[in-house]
Amino acid sequence: MSEKSKGTTQIAPPAETSSAHRAPSAKELAWQKNTLQPTLEKSPERQQEFTTISGHPIRRLYTKADLPNGDPETNLGFPGDPPYTRGIHSTMHRGRLWTMRQFAGFGTAEDTNQRFRYLLAQGQTGLSTAFDLPTLMGYDSDHALSEGEVGKCGVAISSLADMEVLFDKIPLANVTTSMTINSPAAVIWAMYLAVAENQGADWKKLSGTLQNDILKEYIAQKEYIYPPEPSMRLVIDTFEFGVKNTPKFNPISISGYHIREAGSTAIQELAFTLRDGLEYVEWGMRRGLDIDEFVPQLSFFFNAHSDFFEEIAKYRAARRIWHKAMVERYKSKNPRSWALRFHTQTAGCSLTAQQPYNNVVRTAIQALAAVLGGTQSLHTNSLDEAWALPTEFAATIALRTQQIIAHETGVTNTVDPLGGSYFVETLTNEVEHGAWEYIDRIDAMGGMVAAIERSYPQREIAEASYRYQMALDKKEKIMVGVNDFVSEEKPLDILQIDDTVGHRQADRLRKLRVDRSKDEVARRLTALRTAAKGKDNLMPFIYDAVKSYATLGEICDAMRDVFGTYEEVAIT
Amino acid sequence: MPEKKIRVLIAKPGLDGHDRGAKVIARALRDAGMEVIYTGLRQTPEMIASAAIQEDVDVIGLSILSGAHNTICPQLMKLLHEKGMNDVTVLIGGIIPAADIPALKQSGIAEIFLPGTSTQEIVEFIHKRIPRH
Repeated sequence: MSEKSKGTTQIAPPAETSSAHRAPSAKELAWQKNTLQPTLEKSPERQQEFTTISGHPIRRLYTKADLPNGDPETNLGFPGDPPYTRGIHSTMHRGRLWTMRQFAGFGTAEDTNQRFRYLLAQGQTGLSTAFDLPTLMGYDSDHALSEGEVGKCGVAISSLADMEVLFDKIPLANVTTSMTINSPAAVIWAMYLAVAENQGADWKKLSGTLQNDILKEYIAQKEYIYPPEPSMRLVIDTFEFGVKNTPKFNPISISGYHIREAGSTAIQELAFTLRDGLEYVEWGMRRGLDIDEFVPQLSFFFNAHSDFFEEIAKYRAARRIWHKAMVERYKSKNPRSWALRFHTQTAGCSLTAQQPYNNVVRTAIQALAAVLGGTQSLHTNSLDEAWALPTEFAATIALRTQQIIAHETGVTNTVDPLGGSYFVETLTNEVEHGAWEYIDRIDAMGGMVAAIERSYPQREIAEASYRYQMALDKKEKIMVGVNDFVSEEKPLDILQIDDTVGHRQADRLRKLRVDRSKDEVARRLTALRTAAKGKDNLMPFIYDAVKSYATLGEICDAMRDVFGTYEEVAIT
Repeated sequence: MPEKKIRVLIAKPGLDGHDRGAKVIARALRDAGMEVIYTGLRQTPEMIASAAIQEDVDVIGLSILSGAHNTICPQLMKLLHEKGMNDVTVLIGGIIPAADIPALKQSGIAEIFLPGTSTQEIVEFIHKRIPRH
């Protein structure tokens, strides 16, 4: 780092090295001497060292000498049994395929409602909502800072009225919906619950997922509003509310996706995400929630990057770490708390603007890794996403990619087909080990909130991302079409977001503010503000405010008044 | 006498928080011997223009991935012009559709670096563009 870091202790990253204590068998040694050596003398290998895309060293050959002593049936277990290395269900994708859940959202609620209904008609099995930047930051579409951003990166939702349009003619009792919203998650969730109530759906049967993972916002994605303490309170409020009212809804999706997109290694993604998970568990327990009541509803979200085996090892290691943490660290008694369920999205950062049709291939390989790693649901990126939100054409190919993996390749015929591979098992062990080293380090700092405040994960990710960029610049790592195999291409037809979205949203908000009861809105916002100053669970107050058609911006402002806002210390 | 370093402001306008590119560029330019000031997230055109004046920079690098460039860039260019900063080189890095590039260049943006650009290319561009002090 060329700039001296200010006020934080520099800590070297935990070593990510390959197994050191191998004791090769006599047969392996004989192979080295008689077969390998003559070959190497005649024709050396292409590179001095081979590493994963994360820079993790990979050996030439893995054999039983790489596996730990002991009984593999104990180390690995069986699918559906602890430590869940081989999957959380005994029949995995033979029993039920993963949920094909394509992230969608753009323009107004009408535009996205139409895309949702199209995707459901194409055989998609769950919905996933992308919100625009103003919504993610808790600003209404007509706020000054929203100018130019309304409907661009997702759908614009400023009030319950927009949410009613978004899910128009979609029966919430019958679909599972994921919502990618974090700082204002409690508000958006309240809007969703209000729409469900209007439709006559039973909250107890509602199923879906709220992203609601504020820790990774401070670490990587940076769409935060409030400081960590009140933000964590809001998250735990949703856990507590969910346990009582929506037992089938996941109030959080603890996300490594964005950490990886920000440039982390696979081990960092795994470690920071799971340590975030432990942080939520500990805050929930401090609130007095019963671990075995709320933890079963916590879900995870990982990236599927291009290094095939490293990704598979990551998912397998994730399940093992979570099981160990729940049982040993927190003495959980409920097997449903031990089994880590996760969604996967293929890596947006691996897509290239150049030769974009190649992205279909990248996405297919990444999706295959997620499936072989035992994912519960999957989003496959569209080929045009290095340029814009996907067109309907591109989004359809992305969905078809999953359907081909599910129905044509045969990889779903058996559970954990790579289990027992010397390589995959060794890599799983190494990734697990590397993640535990990071987790121990963050524990020693006093937990994830403390680590974030000293910019530890942020700095680790920035280092890794710079290392990777330098490797690309030096062609030590190759991106096809970018730093090698370059060719000219004609531009793609991309989705254009109509610039009138902002005006249409502003008109709708103006009308809403006239039509609703001003007094009722003011009364409920005051109640929320008062509650925010105390210790009550804020969900009921937010729900009341939403029902009066108070806007997202007004509700978030009421909490800004009490909680203040967060500014990060920018590190470069 | 040592050469005066080229001064660069790396700015992240708009609501987007994806700062991977901004940070990589900030560090690469610094490693190439430039003086780099990174504004941090969510800067308005006003904030960027005043930081540019205050820091007396030769180059402003904007990182924009959100599609808000057609709103943000004309506002910034107008402000820079009003404040008499006509010499400053303004660069964009990020996701900019090909169709928007001519108008941006027309407004005075010196160059637009799209995804996949190497850090050396940007360093070389700046060195060519900014006369040695």
